[in-house]
Amino acid sequence: MIPSQTKLIDEKVTSQLLKKRNRLGERFIESTLVFCGFISIFITLGIVFELGKEALPFFSSTDFKLIKFLTGTTWQPQIKLFGVLPLVMATLTTTVIALLIAIPFGIGIAIYLSEYASVKLRSTIKPTLEILAGIPTVVYGYFALSFVTPFLRVLFGKDVVEIYNTASAGIVMGILILPLIASMSEDALAAVPRSLREAAYGLGATKIETTYRVVIPAAISGLAAAIIVGISRAIGETMIVALAAGAGPKFTFNPFQGAETMTGHIVRVSGGDLSYDSIDYNSLFGISLLLFFMTLSLNMLSQWVVRKLSEVK
Amino acid sequence: MDTFITGKIDVKHVSIYYGKFRAVKDVTISIPDHKITALIGPSGCGKSTLLRSLNRMNDLIPSSHIEGSITFHGMDIYERSVDPVEVRRHIGMVFQKPNPFPRSIYENVAWGARINGFQQRLGHPSLDEWVEICLIKAALWDEVKDKLRSSGLSLSGGQQQRLCIARAIATRPEVILMDEPASALDPIATLRIEELMRELAAEFTIVVVTHNMQQAARVSDYTAFLTMDHDRSGILVEHGNTPQIFTNPVDSRTEGYITGRFG
Repeated sequence: MIPSQTKLIDEKVTSQLLKKRNRLGERFIESTLVFCGFISIFITLGIVFELGKEALPFFSSTDFKLIKFLTGTTWQPQIKLFGVLPLVMATLTTTVIALLIAIPFGIGIAIYLSEYASVKLRSTIKPTLEILAGIPTVVYGYFALSFVTPFLRVLFGKDVVEIYNTASAGIVMGILILPLIASMSEDALAAVPRSLREAAYGLGATKIETTYRVVIPAAISGLAAAIIVGISRAIGETMIVALAAGAGPKFTFNPFQGAETMTGHIVRVSGGDLSYDSIDYNSLFGISLLLFFMTLSLNMLSQWVVRKLSEVK
Repeated sequence: MDTFITGKIDVKHVSIYYGKFRAVKDVTISIPDHKITALIGPSGCGKSTLLRSLNRMNDLIPSSHIEGSITFHGMDIYERSVDPVEVRRHIGMVFQKPNPFPRSIYENVAWGARINGFQQRLGHPSLDEWVEICLIKAALWDEVKDKLRSSGLSLSGGQQQRLCIARAIATRPEVILMDEPASALDPIATLRIEELMRELAAEFTIVVVTHNMQQAARVSDYTAFLTMDHDRSGILVEHGNTPQIFTNPVDSRTEGYITGRFG
């Protein structure tokens, strides 16, 4: 206690001492930031509204039956057959193929970079991955058409592999989402505290034991998030499938045949001459809405998975 | 100065480098079996570096290298043919900040036992019993026996550190290295760790790094005082019986440190 200081403050000053101040600048910045925070919600709501508005005539049309829409295997809007399964099937085929490529290699790259690579190698591989992520998808599309497809045709025979096929599109899509999964997974692994690795090594764990039984389990929610973001990206990817997977909805399980994905179909049909307010036009929004719900439920699933996995085992 | 003939671990003329920087310079010290040896000294004197060299934890730092020899059971642990993983299985470590795995209390203790090839054999404890034994030894059993399945991270800091000790002893090491095991804990938790260390000394050889001189005086049998040389590398000033170091140090630098004149 310094007596000279307490003496200086008389009663009039004390009443002012702790008075609420009006900080205009701070309030301005805060309200700007609140606005920024809500932008994402506005945009999402706007998109759902627009999709719903345009899709409503399709869903309410007499030609539409939900059961037939979801289970029908023919998509022929000209003759009022709206079975979305061929498109969904093609989307799932390309997505699964893409994931078969991207998940093992992506996570493998991530584990290598975060646990094994020397500083020097890491500083070469990471930027290369980022370049891979920066290539426009149309280039990937032509890469599929002009390299992967011919390669598959040589490998499996020209009579087995069609010129347009979902396998080629899926493989290249896998290469496209590989850097995304690798980079997110690497972040998740790198975020595992050093102290946990030291704990494992201090107990006499080998590098493999440390990596697979401590680091990966500790990063599992981040890895799951990376995979699910990759799936969402694969489902929504358009350019590669539009170029390489084929034009024309076809219900097939054979990845060497051409088939049209949901996104590929939307792109092709909306690129042609299509009159507004026709049921064909509105059906595209129906597909879009379905696509939207697929990715939305995936994101919700991912949050659930991440929460489940972060719980103690 | 070297009053011990041979110890559990013998450190001879050891210098440790991080890149070009020499963190520890020409240290020779013997760690006696079933005793607690405390390494004390001011910040940056290389005591943690020296401790981490005893079970090759410094190998994890790419730029580090070591000169001299450290022998365990007469075998140089830095020899080419030696597997650092095996070294760490015999010489365990407890760290400054409690670092339990984000798993259940049970799994934390069982983990170390499992990777060290714990197998159920006739006449030997089962894994459940072994976890219990280790938790009892770490003076944690009574506090956690009803919540073995809850997260190790749900415990208090002092409990977490005792869990880490239980995890370390579950691998059946001969030596336990402790790097400032109580510096992140409150005084009561610290006292419990110190009591625990005294109990564990009956079964294990313990080397503890501490900057807390009272702790070294309370807990250790032998004390080694390190300080920084003019070139900022750590040197061993003297070591001997703890009472002797604290009441009758040979070197004026030791006296200066323990009487609080510097450091």
